[in-house]
Amino acid sequence: MSHVFGDTMLLFRRSVTHTFRSPEILVGVTVSPIMFVLIFRYVFGGAIEIAGTSYVNFLMAGIFIQSISFGALTTAMSLAYDFEKGIVERFFTLPMSRPAIVIGRTIADAIRAIFSVFVMVIIGYIVGYRPVGGPLDYLAALGVMVLFSFAISWVGALLAIFIPNPEALQQLSFVIILPLTFVSSAFVDPATMPAGLQAFAENQPVSQAVDAVRSLTTDLPADGSILNSILWSIGILVVAVPTVGWAFRRVGSR
Amino acid sequence: MTTVTSETAIRASGLTKSFGDVKAVVGVDIEVPRATVTAILGPNGAGKTTVVRMLTTLLKIDAGTAEVGGVNVAKDPNAARLKIGLTGQDTAVDELLTGRENLILIARLTRLSKQEAIRRADELLTRFDLHEAADRNAGTYSGGMRRRLDLAASMIADPEVLFLDEPTTGLDPRSRIDIWKKIEELVAGGTTVLLTTQYLDEADELADDIVVIDHGTVIARGTSDELKDRVGGQRLEFKVSGPEALDHAAEKLEAQNVEIVGRDEREHRITVALTEGATQVARLIDSLEFEGVKIEEVFVHRPTLDDVFLTLTGQHVATDEEESLS
Repeated sequence: MSHVFGDTMLLFRRSVTHTFRSPEILVGVTVSPIMFVLIFRYVFGGAIEIAGTSYVNFLMAGIFIQSISFGALTTAMSLAYDFEKGIVERFFTLPMSRPAIVIGRTIADAIRAIFSVFVMVIIGYIVGYRPVGGPLDYLAALGVMVLFSFAISWVGALLAIFIPNPEALQQLSFVIILPLTFVSSAFVDPATMPAGLQAFAENQPVSQAVDAVRSLTTDLPADGSILNSILWSIGILVVAVPTVGWAFRRVGSR
Repeated sequence: MTTVTSETAIRASGLTKSFGDVKAVVGVDIEVPRATVTAILGPNGAGKTTVVRMLTTLLKIDAGTAEVGGVNVAKDPNAARLKIGLTGQDTAVDELLTGRENLILIARLTRLSKQEAIRRADELLTRFDLHEAADRNAGTYSGGMRRRLDLAASMIADPEVLFLDEPTTGLDPRSRIDIWKKIEELVAGGTTVLLTTQYLDEADELADDIVVIDHGTVIARGTSDELKDRVGGQRLEFKVSGPEALDHAAEKLEAQNVEIVGRDEREHRITVALTEGATQVARLIDSLEFEGVKIEEVFVHRPTLDDVFLTLTGQHVATDEEESLS
């Protein structure tokens, strides 16, 4: 019974179709990232000094990862709606591959997040973003982001499976994602934070991804963040994928 | 060549399911002959949906056995899934896809080739009167159209057995009759249907056999006529001016050997079972008026689910707090 690939493709295409037909998601993919770039560039840009690079160059890596992190919300919400409307239940009565329901969606969401990154690069460039690095650096940065995006989107799926109520989920995911993206190295140097917060901010997965992308696109040092970020993403997937699989297998067996 | 198709499409015995300490379904037996309709009739929280979810592989069966289309549901869920179609309580349509895309997606996930899926979707869109709306987003469909699309999606694999969980709840009367017609057509084409409903008239209209369940157990079963014989015919309900008038009316009705099947102290209403048809209505009203009972309103209605329960259990349908468990 292995239809994982074919079914994943079908559900991937479904998610892509959703993107083009849903104004909220389209806005989330294009307008929101543009807004973030402009707001942070111009509101904080004058107030925050970063040693060794301009604030725009420092900021962009943070905005990329922040935007990707919010992608987890899209994954969680769309899956929660599928649960709520009985669509997942219909899928469960079909002789199809259950993991494909999540795999197809997370791949689509990861691609969508990366598309947003490209939009932000263009807008960033217009407002003074000048990344420093060679093609290999950029490719590596892209790789880190794709992996992070895929991993975080599985976290979203996991949330939706355990809290399949869209309203509750919306509240909860803000409580999780907001601190992760703001108590991080995304917008400021964590060295300026109080000690306890700083320890968290420097080591959590969002910061590691930000630092990795930042080191690959500016002259700032990586300090092991590239490897750390990859390990974090793989770690998240190692926990999330089997848990989702387990939860889906449990349907019909409890 | 021997044909192994049995004449019984659904055979379940002793179905039992608990959620924690709550016994949702206890020892339910169901047998549905091929190409017939059986209705599970019961109030919210009675365990109807739980029975359907067990039979459609969505819930584990705690005790008892279930076979659908000759396949043991617990032992071979994937083989069972090829035999069944399910239209759940929620209309499971993707609102951002068109009607056609919805059906093609389900068809492809049911292992039909691309060409087959397109052809099958087309066929079902026509059969369920959705051809004109086929290329519009399902989000723009009316409630009745969504239900029909949902029903069409359950019919993709041309399942032997179709499960319909409250297929017309929330629909307007016309859409309701539309859905009934579609179900009748499917059964005429050889599909076996197990449906759940809270409406006696729906069970009456569609079902060959009715299984009445309450608190997870079967409290009655039989054909619609058999049940109605037990419940009695039409109901006549009087609203009188006050508590004293209510007592007075009850006394006078009892004196005439009329069976009082319901009494509402707050609304001063009294309900009796009619046994002799329409002329009895006029006679009863006349006699009460003659005795000086002031009648404010009169209603004649067919037995409702509440009447069935009242007759079978001596209790009104519970407004159940366990609804979410079903």
